Amino acid sequence: MFGYYLDLAVRSFRRNRVLTALMVLALGLGIGASITTLTVLKLLSGDPLPQKSARLFTPELDPLPVQGYVPGESKPPWGNMLSYTDAMNLLRARKAERQAVLALTQAKIAPLRVGEHPFYSDGVTTTADFFAMFDAPFQYGSGWSEQDGEDRARVVVIADFLNDKLFGGRNSVGQTIRINDHDYRIVGVLKPWAPQPRFYAVNLGGRGYGNGDAVFLPLQSARADRMDPQNVNCWSTGFDINHLETAPCAIVSLWVELANASDATAYKTYLSNYVQQQISLGRFHRPNTWLPDLTGFLAQQQVVPDDARLQTNLAFGFLLICVVNTVGLLLAKCLRRSREIGVRRALGATRGAVFAQFMVESGMVGIAGGVLGLIFAELGLWAVRHQPAQYASLAHLDVSMFVATFVIALIASLIAGLLPAWRACVVAPAPQLKAV
Amino acid sequence: MDIKPILAALRKHKIPAALIVLEIALACAVLCNAVFMIGQRIAEIHLPNAIDQAGLVDINVQGTDPKLAHADVPRDIAALREIPGVTGVAAVNMVPLGNSSWNSNFALGPGALFQKNSPNVATYYLSSGGPEALGMRLIEGRLFNSDEYADSSLGDSYIPSGHSVIITKSLAERMWPDKNALGQRIWLGDSNSYTVVGVVANVLRPNQNGAGLSQFYWAAFFPVSPSAALGDYMIRTAPQDRERVMNAAVAKLGALSPNAVVKGRTFSDIRDKYFADTRSMVWMLVLVCVVMLAVTAFGIVGLTSFWVGQRRRQIGIRRAVGATRSHIMQYFQTENFLLSSAGVAVGMILAFGINLYLMQHYQLDRMPWYYLPASAIALWLLGQLAVLGPALRAANVPPVVATRGV
Repeated sequence: MFGYYLDLAVRSFRRNRVLTALMVLALGLGIGASITTLTVLKLLSGDPLPQKSARLFTPELDPLPVQGYVPGESKPPWGNMLSYTDAMNLLRARKAERQAVLALTQAKIAPLRVGEHPFYSDGVTTTADFFAMFDAPFQYGSGWSEQDGEDRARVVVIADFLNDKLFGGRNSVGQTIRINDHDYRIVGVLKPWAPQPRFYAVNLGGRGYGNGDAVFLPLQSARADRMDPQNVNCWSTGFDINHLETAPCAIVSLWVELANASDATAYKTYLSNYVQQQISLGRFHRPNTWLPDLTGFLAQQQVVPDDARLQTNLAFGFLLICVVNTVGLLLAKCLRRSREIGVRRALGATRGAVFAQFMVESGMVGIAGGVLGLIFAELGLWAVRHQPAQYASLAHLDVSMFVATFVIALIASLIAGLLPAWRACVVAPAPQLKAV
Repeated sequence: MDIKPILAALRKHKIPAALIVLEIALACAVLCNAVFMIGQRIAEIHLPNAIDQAGLVDINVQGTDPKLAHADVPRDIAALREIPGVTGVAAVNMVPLGNSSWNSNFALGPGALFQKNSPNVATYYLSSGGPEALGMRLIEGRLFNSDEYADSSLGDSYIPSGHSVIITKSLAERMWPDKNALGQRIWLGDSNSYTVVGVVANVLRPNQNGAGLSQFYWAAFFPVSPSAALGDYMIRTAPQDRERVMNAAVAKLGALSPNAVVKGRTFSDIRDKYFADTRSMVWMLVLVCVVMLAVTAFGIVGLTSFWVGQRRRQIGIRRAVGATRSHIMQYFQTENFLLSSAGVAVGMILAFGINLYLMQHYQLDRMPWYYLPASAIALWLLGQLAVLGPALRAANVPPVVATRGV
């Protein structure tokens, strides 16, 4: 029967080419717009480290004075940034499985060949656990040890693209590059690695999406060589910018890896105890601590730009209009065929059979709309890739969105087909036959 | 025209009529809000900025030795002044719309930072000649005198040691809504205070700082002596000389500091880059509106054509008993007008609802009322335009059709 319905549907499409083309075009446009925006939204709101995001946490403390403190409401405006002192205290306590303190910096890299100009690259200044904790994969070599950090060793891990640029992609471990006018020895080269969103850069003054960082340096060495953090937030005047380590300024963030929920609870208790201790020392005045996990942190920081969510809403509003439009056109088509339906019913087709016939027809419109929608979505994503946004180059259709295109197209067209198919199957055969 | 027969006919076609109404309502609701957003974003792209935007060039110098800044900055400024066509040069810590921003919270009296009701303000540090190089427009008071530049150093905390400040009109109104700002003092913490010596027309901050458009003009300008904090040179020239001056300046500073990374941009480029995302959002919204209206129009064409086809005989009969072509035309046009009216009525309510939802979930203002009638008129026109073709076809049905068939 299904084959017969398909045949009937194709015949019906041939009879009303313009109307059919309009339906498919409208549905295709709606689907294309929806898939384009959904792909972007999925990219932006994705989990940067799906395999371990539930185990990563970032502590937040409140170092502000007691003045203006509202219990339960007050929160420092710099999110998970901490002062160097507090971050290093928590790091050295080693209460978590892994822990890393980090700040972003702009690293000036001297050219290897004479006559070229130095250039700035995105740099991460961090501590030893960074690579293992965030699953950053190594192509050559490895990270540095905790001792290297404490010794302010001038060692560096570079990204694949910087290795390609400077050394043509060959194993450069052991080579030296000049960063901010100091010689740093390369100890590791990463494979391509750029989590999206760039969660560890949120609040630290970097962009939220896009390319990965070029160089990774030990935090203590970078501090010694005056590679300053990209974002500095001070809550008191009268400090020395040359000694940010002791200044009342939030300049770094801390990430910790905790195996399970009970470890997280224990760490939270540890944080509270730490703050209580600092209060008794007179350094802190507010008892609040927070310990969001990676996904909670990204939601709290509202990393996904409003515009991306607005665009998705808009696209689905547009799809709704397209579906209503398809309902109208399908209905027009099917009412025009009242006589044909009357004849089929008189010859013994049940209501269910007529209903099924029209649902098959709208399903076919859906599939055609899906194919067209896929083309429009590819076109839309191509346009997105040529936008100035940070995430532009990442906008590609993946398998799940490919499947989603057809699922959405089929659902939309079947919903659109319900009303016309119902109208068709309740056509009373007698008056239609009389009219002929 | 008598609308009773039209209503009677529509009653026989409740579902298709309801679908047209629904489609127009949805289109109206989306159109209202999209056009409103487009308007807001275009206004944002064209936000006034009271500096010499057309004639400014920014040269950013990074990677020099901070200890030598007190000597490097005056040397660089002197070198830049020698470039033919340059009418003003100053070193600054940041550039309007340049995205990298220094901010402080200023209070009306001494106390801790981040006091309640202390607005977050962008703090521009200018070397001697700064207001002139930027082309700032003084509204009242005065610009800085040479002593104020010489006596104000940034020191190790990057807080100006001087006691004078120039603020924007917006900030003056925020800090002292009922008073003249001149002579008033703003406080940073409990030991640094600055007296307002001048109020200038609104200059944009380096970025919105997540605070929305209302705070985009909250900026204060401090005179400072040469310092490592001043990493940008603002060069003022004639608009047609910008490129030449920029290239000459980059070459000159590059030669003076071979170890540094020197980058030049015209202010127009800085502004374009800042609003690039907004501009692409505008184009996206425009595209969606156009396509949506096209889809709606084709929907109306499709359904009305179907109606015309179905009623060929009735039209023939009407023509046979004396209706003119224009009567038939008017019939379909009136019918479409009635459906559109119902559609926009529902659509305006829907549009209002969507606006409320967007206000709750996004940083969006209330939509001014006139967007509602404006998009209602747009959809009326669209409906009339869409119905024109089918109505013409209906008007061309010859009376003889009435006698055929059956």
